[in-house]
Amino acid sequence: MSDEQIPAARGRRRAIVLAAAVAAGAAILLVTAGGIGENLVYYWDATELHASGDRAIGATIRLGGMVAADSVTYSGSGSTLEFDVTDGERSVHVRSTGVPPQMFREGIGVVVEGTMTRAGTFEGHRLMISHDNEYRTPAEGEEIDIRERMRSVRGLDAS
Amino acid sequence: MVPLLGRSLILLSLLVAILGAMLAFAAAARRSAGGALWTRRAAYAFAAIMALANGLMVYALLARDFSVGYVAQVGSRAVPAWVAVVSLWSSLEGSILFWGLVLGAYVAAATWNLRKAPADQVSYATGVWLATGAFFAFLLAGPAQPFATVSPVLEDGPGPNPLLQNHLLMIAHPPFLYLGYVGMTIPFGLASAALLTGRLGADFLRPLRLWLMLPWTFLTVAIVLGGWWAYEVLGWGGYWAWDPVENASFLPWLTATAALHSGLLMERKGILKGWTVTLIQASFLLTILGTFMTRSGVFNSVHSFTQSAIGPTLLVFLAVALIWSVVLLATGIDRLGSSREIGAAASRESMFLMNNLLFVLFTFTVLIGTVFPLVVEAVRGVQMSVGRPYFDRMAVPIGVSLLLLLGVGPALPWGRATSEEVRRALLPPAASGLVAGALGLALGVENGWTLLTVAFGGYALHVTLKQLWVPARLRVGSGLGAAAAELLLGSRRRTAGYLVHLGAILIIVSIAVSSTEGRSTEVELAAGESATLGAYTLTFVGAEEVQEPHRVSTIARVAVRHGGRDLGVVEPRMNQYEMQRQPIGTPAVRTGLTEDLYLSVMNVDPAGQRVGLLALVNPMVGWIWVATGIMGLGGVLALVPVRRPQRRPAASPVAAAVPEGMR
Repeated sequence: MSDEQIPAARGRRRAIVLAAAVAAGAAILLVTAGGIGENLVYYWDATELHASGDRAIGATIRLGGMVAADSVTYSGSGSTLEFDVTDGERSVHVRSTGVPPQMFREGIGVVVEGTMTRAGTFEGHRLMISHDNEYRTPAEGEEIDIRERMRSVRGLDAS
Repeated sequence: MVPLLGRSLILLSLLVAILGAMLAFAAAARRSAGGALWTRRAAYAFAAIMALANGLMVYALLARDFSVGYVAQVGSRAVPAWVAVVSLWSSLEGSILFWGLVLGAYVAAATWNLRKAPADQVSYATGVWLATGAFFAFLLAGPAQPFATVSPVLEDGPGPNPLLQNHLLMIAHPPFLYLGYVGMTIPFGLASAALLTGRLGADFLRPLRLWLMLPWTFLTVAIVLGGWWAYEVLGWGGYWAWDPVENASFLPWLTATAALHSGLLMERKGILKGWTVTLIQASFLLTILGTFMTRSGVFNSVHSFTQSAIGPTLLVFLAVALIWSVVLLATGIDRLGSSREIGAAASRESMFLMNNLLFVLFTFTVLIGTVFPLVVEAVRGVQMSVGRPYFDRMAVPIGVSLLLLLGVGPALPWGRATSEEVRRALLPPAASGLVAGALGLALGVENGWTLLTVAFGGYALHVTLKQLWVPARLRVGSGLGAAAAELLLGSRRRTAGYLVHLGAILIIVSIAVSSTEGRSTEVELAAGESATLGAYTLTFVGAEEVQEPHRVSTIARVAVRHGGRDLGVVEPRMNQYEMQRQPIGTPAVRTGLTEDLYLSVMNVDPAGQRVGLLALVNPMVGWIWVATGIMGLGGVLALVPVRRPQRRPAASPVAAAVPEGMR
């Protein structure tokens, strides 16, 4: 079919196709970039959460840390749970709805997915125990790398 | 003794693979018949050594020989024999060893299958396969050594990851995935050979298609088995989460599916040769990228339980394979020569192009969303991930478009269609689409996208069933047996293709319905208390502890009533494995024809008789597994070799009457 066309027409057609492809590519890139920007999930500890200020309000955050000692309270009909998540320096007050997992207790590593409210409370809608890749109980007072813990929930409990 | 023997086998396989690959390229370049013969022998030898090494490891796992590094890492005296065997692929080193076994089997089978194909092309292909084999043998010899010697020898080991011994599906998912992943090496080698020789003729198209179809079928089943396993084991109630490790298996599937379609066009019309070859190269590269993502520990998941040193090595291999592909494509693509341009807009050809564009778009969207966090972490040191809404937002419109295309493409004739032909082809199925949409509305589908999916599903189903029926119709006169024979033998490839389409339609509709029309609740119940979910009433009867050899299970008994009917007691459980702090739940899934009832224990206290339950009603999930079975059957049907006499022009009445079909 192309043999019948004069070269100029063929060239113009090729240019149109190329332009269309570039435009489509740019559009896709824009939509994709926008889509990613709006749907990022940040992995923060308490210090980073405080440092991010207003950026944390409304954003999707996975807050990682340890459940602070003597901070767990059940309220309402028992389905709302409040506790502090600490990274050793700063802490964040968390209100979590839903049934907590089996291992949940004070002093354990958790990752809470949710967002920060203006009132300064972290509203969690998902509570995960951060997995330890080693099949063992950490020794008393052992340093636990919160970063690694947060990484460990990525993929396991995704929903 | 065993570690030493194992290491010797690995080194031998490395030696055979390197020498074989060098020999293969030399034989191909010189067109030496003797060289080609020895290349084939090297391929068989590589396969045999890998089989021996795997056999040795299985023996060591069963004998609980804790002097072997890998056995010390994943073996345990407490686990049953079947768990010991599947431990082979439960951790990094073993799974790379298993990779070697699968690669060896593929290389041997392809070498045998292609023994009569043009010698220079096969030798080039074998060279690429063995070079890949050499890389994995190198991994086994160094960075991921399964046969390390342990000293002193331990009495017992920790056992494989509990998540992997929690369900029988784990026996099936990894082998299928490897058969899909590793199998992409074969078309990659064949495509490289085509680019190196500048020839992609009819004698090479058939094997290329066959060896793409085979891993594609395995990969299709593997992806869904993975989802099924997640559904039955992980306990969060779904089967797909756009998790990086899931995406890793999905990406090569997307490009391979595109390649299968453009390959059809290549076979029939001689067009899109370079494009198809590009897609095949991309599929292989994406399997390596996927292996890197799941096995290097950059994403932590079920699949990567040990931080390992193979990450950088895999990245180097990925870079080499990428450069190899780009250079080959840049220098060889013009020599392949595509014959003609695509015809009219309303033709089957242009629908194939649309299909390919959508699949490539899909690939890029998923790829960007998956790799973006890695890039951000590497550049800025910030950890983040791309949330599920991004993937859903991109995947839903693309998926729905693909579903529509499933109905439009096969209905349109090849070449140029008149508007009258287009109307006749597209209007009757559109009526079916409207009926399906109305049915969905009547059944209470509320989500707009889901309603659209159901309508398009009905439309595509009409077209697909009609296309499936065409060859049979012409033979129904001679009896049903003759019609069935024509479907399964005469028009085998056509039937296979539309069976796969049938499964695809069912899967897309089921995914849409199950992910938008379900309901869920989270409750805490004391013994005797009830909760309701839709028409279901769930009563917590009580919990008890059961001792098993390798775990302690706490079983929660929940009585289920639906409407007024008693559906009996289901038993979701929480398992505590030895050597593992974190208990792992096993949800109770009651699979039904229209919907599943899914109960997962969040926490349970057998002493206090309290349970925290996650309960979901998931409509149509069971159909995803059924649909995958149909797709798998289609794939197998396409692969079964049928011997038949050389076709004489228009010898069969069907051949003459089905001009538009893919016979």
